[in-house]
Amino acid sequence: MTDLAIELPGLSLKNPIMPASGCFGFGREYSEFYDLSKLGAVIMKAATGSERFGNPTPRVAETASGMLNAIGLQNPGVNKIIESEVPFLSQFDTNIIANIAGSTLEEYEEVARAFNKTDKVHALELNISCPNVKDGGIQFGTNPSMAARVTEAVKKASNLPVYVKLSPNVTDIMQMAKAVEAAGADGLSMINTITGMQIHLPSRRPLIANKTGGLSGPAIKPVAIRMIYEVRQQVNIPIIGMGGIQNAEDVLEFLLAGASAVAVGTANFQNPFICSEIIDELPSVLSNYDFNSVQEAVGKGIIS
Amino acid sequence: MIKKEQMKIVSSRAIAKDTYEMVLENHFISEKAVPGQFLHIQIGTHTLRRPISIANCNKERNEITILFKINGVGTSELATYQAGEFLDVLGPLGNGFKAEDEPQSTILLVGGGIGVPPLYYLGKTLKEKGINIVSILGFQQKENVFYEQQFQGLGETIIVTDNGSYGYKGYVTDVLDQVGLFDCYYSCGPIPMLKALTTKLEGKRGFISLEERMGCGVGACFACVLPTKDGTGYRKICKDGPVFHAEEVTI
Repeated sequence: MTDLAIELPGLSLKNPIMPASGCFGFGREYSEFYDLSKLGAVIMKAATGSERFGNPTPRVAETASGMLNAIGLQNPGVNKIIESEVPFLSQFDTNIIANIAGSTLEEYEEVARAFNKTDKVHALELNISCPNVKDGGIQFGTNPSMAARVTEAVKKASNLPVYVKLSPNVTDIMQMAKAVEAAGADGLSMINTITGMQIHLPSRRPLIANKTGGLSGPAIKPVAIRMIYEVRQQVNIPIIGMGGIQNAEDVLEFLLAGASAVAVGTANFQNPFICSEIIDELPSVLSNYDFNSVQEAVGKGIIS
Repeated sequence: MIKKEQMKIVSSRAIAKDTYEMVLENHFISEKAVPGQFLHIQIGTHTLRRPISIANCNKERNEITILFKINGVGTSELATYQAGEFLDVLGPLGNGFKAEDEPQSTILLVGGGIGVPPLYYLGKTLKEKGINIVSILGFQQKENVFYEQQFQGLGETIIVTDNGSYGYKGYVTDVLDQVGLFDCYYSCGPIPMLKALTTKLEGKRGFISLEERMGCGVGACFACVLPTKDGTGYRKICKDGPVFHAEEVTI
């Protein structure tokens, strides 16, 4: 029997699979397709201090092997999320991770503190890497000392474990990872989307209204694998890996690179059952490659 | 209820310039489909599905008809699919045209270009209920015109083209005064057309169907939202729509 369970700070995961923030809303829509209790965890859509309406449309565009999005952190605000979304998700036997974003240090603290009010949320994912809003935290996500400051502040404000979601839009991701580890992060979550742009030939205009957007999907998987591998060599806190995962083989690749669990994002749009199907396939993929458990595979890539 | 289903292609044919009619067979989706809903279609290995409205439904034969125009890599690949092949489809999606609570004697359908298709299934359904149908269909030019005969089968049909190469020259709003009294209008087409139409018919009871590039198609990703007219909120086109009361949203 292949053991899929994995223990991370604040999270006892029955399996390492969770839908990524922003790709699964607050779970309601996908709960009509399958029982969310099957999931290791659910990472909720980003919460900000007050309601945000997001960017103008079009907000998405397909690219070769991926997509660009610029949703713009649309969400009903942290209090509404705690009031109406967390209770819905907590009816399922899974872990809830709240993704928190803000435009100021104070907003991050406010949102983090708000989640202390509920005992239904198991961890925070600190979003300092949304590339799609001017005040969406990316200013904290590209500068190691700013990243450390916001991590420290959120750690102080919250009584939950904090996973810092790193941006790939930096020259040296290891510096970022080391800075937030030193500032008290309990884990890392990586990678967020890569900033990109696409121009529509007939109109000569960008395909999304925000001009630039975050690239996700299989196109960015090698970037994620490389960054996770590099960071794994330098930090000791666990990594939740993400970036273009489409199947159980991809999950194993992330584990080998050094992730302890993974999030599946864009693939949910193509196949609403993808997380459930990956959970079903993972045991046989692990055993095909001679692993008895998820834990056993973590960081076992032979890269000398 | 939404399902992920395999739909068998019964037929596929070009019906106008770059415009295709495809008949798909599937029991669940044809049984559930109501006018105004759409299918979210997986084409090859594309990352995103393509939302395409339901143009007709034959519940006895388990068939759904879609009409689409080639407008990029996804739709051009879709046009290469042949009868006998299968499509992976999420559907039926969205809320269709609302069933009217007040009795109606005449309704007006106003379609523009590839916005015409969902109006056909609606018109057919309403005609079966004994309602008079009047249609105004606008196209760029003669070679873009499709389904004229089908709409004539529902009732009086006025065709307009931008350059006058077929039917009346001008826009759908130019011929509104040619139609008599109607209780309600239903429209789908490009945003400038919908803006002009809803402005001209302000105060009239009307419903509009909107399109937008979509991600998930089921309401989770917030890609296809638009603000409500009262400024207090937003609607998701895929889940709350694609059909809205003309006064409900800002276009």
